[in-house]
Amino acid sequence: MENTNKKLLEVNNLKTYFYQEDGIVKAVDDISFHIDKGETIGIVGESGCGKSITSLSVLRLVPRNKGKIAGGTIKYYIDGENPIDITALDPRGTEVRKIRGKEIAMIFQEPMTSLHPVFTVGNQIIEVVRLQLGMTKKEARERAIEMLRLVGIASPEQRVDNYPHELSGGMRQRVMIAMALSCDPNLLIADEPTTALDVTIEAQILDLMQDLQNRIGMAIMFITHDLQVIGEMSDRVNVMYAGKIVETGTIDDIYHNSKHPYTQGLLKSIPQIGEKKRLVPIKGTVPNTVDLPSSCYFAPRCEFAMEICHKKEPPDFKVGSEQIAKCWLHKSREEVS
Amino acid sequence: MLTYIVRRLAFMIPTLLVISVVAFAVIELPPGDFLTQQMAQWEELYGDRAEVMIENMRAIYGLDGSAIERYYRWITRIVFHGDFGRSFLENTRVTDIIMNRVFLTMGISLVTLFFTWIVAIPIGVYSAVKQYSFFDYLFTFFAFIGRAFPNFALALVLMYVAYTYFDWPIGGLMSRSFRGEPLSMAKIADVARHMVIPVIVIGTHGLAGLVRVLRAMILDEMNKEYVQTARSKGLSERVVIWKHVFIIACQPIVSTIGWLLPQIVSGAAIVSIVMNLPTTGEALLSALTNQDMYVAASFILVLSTLTLIGTLISDLLLAFIDPRIRYN
Amino acid sequence: MIKSHEYSEKDVDMTVEVEVPGKKDPQNIAQSQWKLIWRRFKKHKLAKNSLIILVLLYIGLVGFAEFFAVHDRTDIFRNRYLPPQTIRFFDNEGNFHIRPFIYNRTQQMDPRTWSQTTVEDYSQRYHLRLFARGFEYQLLGLFTTDIHLLGVEEGGQLFLLGTDQLGRCIFSRIMFGTRISLVIGLTGVFISMILGVVIGGISGLVGGIVDDAIQRLIEVLMSIPHIPLWMAFAAIVPDAWSPLQVYFAITLILSIIGWTGLARVVRSKFLSLREMDYVTAAHSFNAPMFYIIYKHLIPNFMSFLLVNLTLAIPTMILAETALSFLGIGLRPPVVSLGVLLQGAQNFQTVSMHPWLLFPVVMVIVIVLCYNFVGDGLRDAADPYQ
Repeated sequence: MENTNKKLLEVNNLKTYFYQEDGIVKAVDDISFHIDKGETIGIVGESGCGKSITSLSVLRLVPRNKGKIAGGTIKYYIDGENPIDITALDPRGTEVRKIRGKEIAMIFQEPMTSLHPVFTVGNQIIEVVRLQLGMTKKEARERAIEMLRLVGIASPEQRVDNYPHELSGGMRQRVMIAMALSCDPNLLIADEPTTALDVTIEAQILDLMQDLQNRIGMAIMFITHDLQVIGEMSDRVNVMYAGKIVETGTIDDIYHNSKHPYTQGLLKSIPQIGEKKRLVPIKGTVPNTVDLPSSCYFAPRCEFAMEICHKKEPPDFKVGSEQIAKCWLHKSREEVS
Repeated sequence: MLTYIVRRLAFMIPTLLVISVVAFAVIELPPGDFLTQQMAQWEELYGDRAEVMIENMRAIYGLDGSAIERYYRWITRIVFHGDFGRSFLENTRVTDIIMNRVFLTMGISLVTLFFTWIVAIPIGVYSAVKQYSFFDYLFTFFAFIGRAFPNFALALVLMYVAYTYFDWPIGGLMSRSFRGEPLSMAKIADVARHMVIPVIVIGTHGLAGLVRVLRAMILDEMNKEYVQTARSKGLSERVVIWKHVFIIACQPIVSTIGWLLPQIVSGAAIVSIVMNLPTTGEALLSALTNQDMYVAASFILVLSTLTLIGTLISDLLLAFIDPRIRYN
Repeated sequence: MIKSHEYSEKDVDMTVEVEVPGKKDPQNIAQSQWKLIWRRFKKHKLAKNSLIILVLLYIGLVGFAEFFAVHDRTDIFRNRYLPPQTIRFFDNEGNFHIRPFIYNRTQQMDPRTWSQTTVEDYSQRYHLRLFARGFEYQLLGLFTTDIHLLGVEEGGQLFLLGTDQLGRCIFSRIMFGTRISLVIGLTGVFISMILGVVIGGISGLVGGIVDDAIQRLIEVLMSIPHIPLWMAFAAIVPDAWSPLQVYFAITLILSIIGWTGLARVVRSKFLSLREMDYVTAAHSFNAPMFYIIYKHLIPNFMSFLLVNLTLAIPTMILAETALSFLGIGLRPPVVSLGVLLQGAQNFQTVSMHPWLLFPVVMVIVIVLCYNFVGDGLRDAADPYQ
């Protein structure tokens, strides 16, 4: 029977809350999205909107003493047919650990501090390869060198014995990518991978990632606050604000036809080279996530806010063939459950 | 790496020289010398001739000439002949006294060091990983008490408890029955029993400090990004802590050789006075109060040298563990 | 035993968050820094209570030691080695009295076993009195009085914690000893701090050869195990000096060796602060060096200094206790907690009269309180929880 299921990851009503002294921080508050095989989706939003926590939640890496998944499901289709509910697994158990690195891998923002300072880059790749694929030392070392070559590091046979502090920022990020892809995962989560890099290096890394995706075919969940980067990398985009996804759509929908005031605000505040346009910042600040009201979170800053926006949280409205916006402006449209 | 070692060794020499000057100067500071005390007696015995006699004695003891001359003589004899001088009080070679005492001091110190490590590591890791648990609070509590107890008092209290409630022999290195006896298992066991309280007492201060430092380091490191990367690779929590975190967090343990050892040696000095252990502390105290110059200065020099060597070893170990230090 | 206080980079690197956004006045920022630290400190109940205890101890005992004492520090009684007094409500016939009382005691030797026993004289009850009349003293050096917190009726001898080898009241001497120990801790650390900050500061700011030379010196001093060095210096103090001179000498000695750790850290702090962004920013609008130090380095630095102060004082106190215990620190008639413990040097003595160790309890209380306060301060000042 032919397997037509394209879904790889399906997140439904995910809630990740942080329980603090002064209240509950709803870092991720009831979000739903999905990733298909081989596609790149972007999650974009300002700092504190919950995008990083979303990615950590997928791999159950949310620090235990700070917060936990309070609801929802994360289904991973491990062989295309049968999903595993990641939220049901023990975050320290063996099943989750078999998924990490092998099925879903992650790269982080700051490669200097994300790599272990005292082990060689080779050893760090060898470690995961031996653990997840059971290779011998020799095989693992060869694999490490091969991965380093794949990500475009020159003289990988020497570099494999270097320590992270001996490499440049761009090279370190390449190493992280090599390490993440070394076990052939189906999904790569990239949490702001280029934010800490120079613009020229950033371009190289983004090119590398697209090239690798073409060759290997893994899906990418790309998290960033930079709308332009999203534009380059993603097929579909989720826009997050204060723990909620306020708009979803293809990159085309979002860029040229966005339906949520927040997204529009974001787009208006990007400087465009060549255009002498006045930058329009979104007035106000991101709400304090402890005292969230039961209205639309964006209402205080929204120039289109109506009375109902301050009273009730808007549901998701289907505003296009694949576009969803969480805004009362579209209340005439069909609600998405 | 080799250049690092050579450089450190080279630095040690001038440091040792300065230490020797400081040690000697400290001894020379009080007015008069060992013989001054005997002045009164001698004047009685020898009347007028006392002065001449004392001058002669001074020459024999090497107490004549200026301080600088004395220092020069002392230091050259150490460097070229390994002769630390003579004790006025005991009328023996200082070298012998040092040999007798130093081994015991180093022995106790090293045992205490290992005891401190063996106890501190599991407690520190556990406290950090299970932060705010009952055991964490309990250990923290003991750590605080340990830091606050003057160690000679702790020695007395423990001795009291051991004596009253456990009927243990206390004080001294070994029971009287074993003195002068050849080495045997029973003798070793006896010495070991006598060592328990000193090691606990001397180690307690350092233990408390080490546990807290370790706990703090681990807590710090556990929040770092590379730990998250390690977890995201699918490594078990145990591997993450004991391989990734520990190798960084254990740096203070390694560097403790540098600062813990002098502390232990110091602590041993006082405790051994209370517990009657024939270590350097006791000898030093009596040498100082009697102005037994060569003994005192030599002891300070030897102890400092051992400390310096300890620091060097710990720095080398640190460089070995953490490549970032090597390449600096 | 004496922990050469272990400074680490964590102690040094502190930036304090500003609580109120929008208020950019630097004076305000400094003030709100302190308020923030104080608020966080107050949350630590242990630290807060320890601070209260310390303040009470300082005010009460340093100022009014005589008031709390029952006997004068050098009052000698015939009854040596008396154990702590039993305060009774029931007499030996079983009658209950509301006001607590004591019986006088004497030491008697059993001729057969040569052991000493304490015998209570049941013939006369002596009731305890609050604000009783006792020995005369000068209250704060202002006027003479003879009122004490606790006392006993005429003819009674109240030894709350027993007597020592010379028949002196241990409780009273602890009151006096605490006063001296408390003060010596402060003065010693104060001198240390000045030495450390000045020398470390010069080292860090001037750099170059001066820096190198000072660093070598510090290394030398740190390589010599402290207690032997202290012992050496302390043994130098001539016997002939007056107790007061000895007191100052000991304070000086303790602080001379203690400054090295502080100097090292001050220096690295100054070095790193020089490079910090806000200093560069200040430089960029031509602020003079002094202004930079005053407005930026010092506030950042003060909290760190305060923390280390509170953590260094117990080290001083323990050091003085150790030296005095050995007989080379303070000397009688100056009474410190260490001097009080001289009577407990011998294990045999202690095992027969364990109450001689009571001064240790006071030492532990003081050191613990300082440690709690210091830790609480450090946690309060360090935003990286």
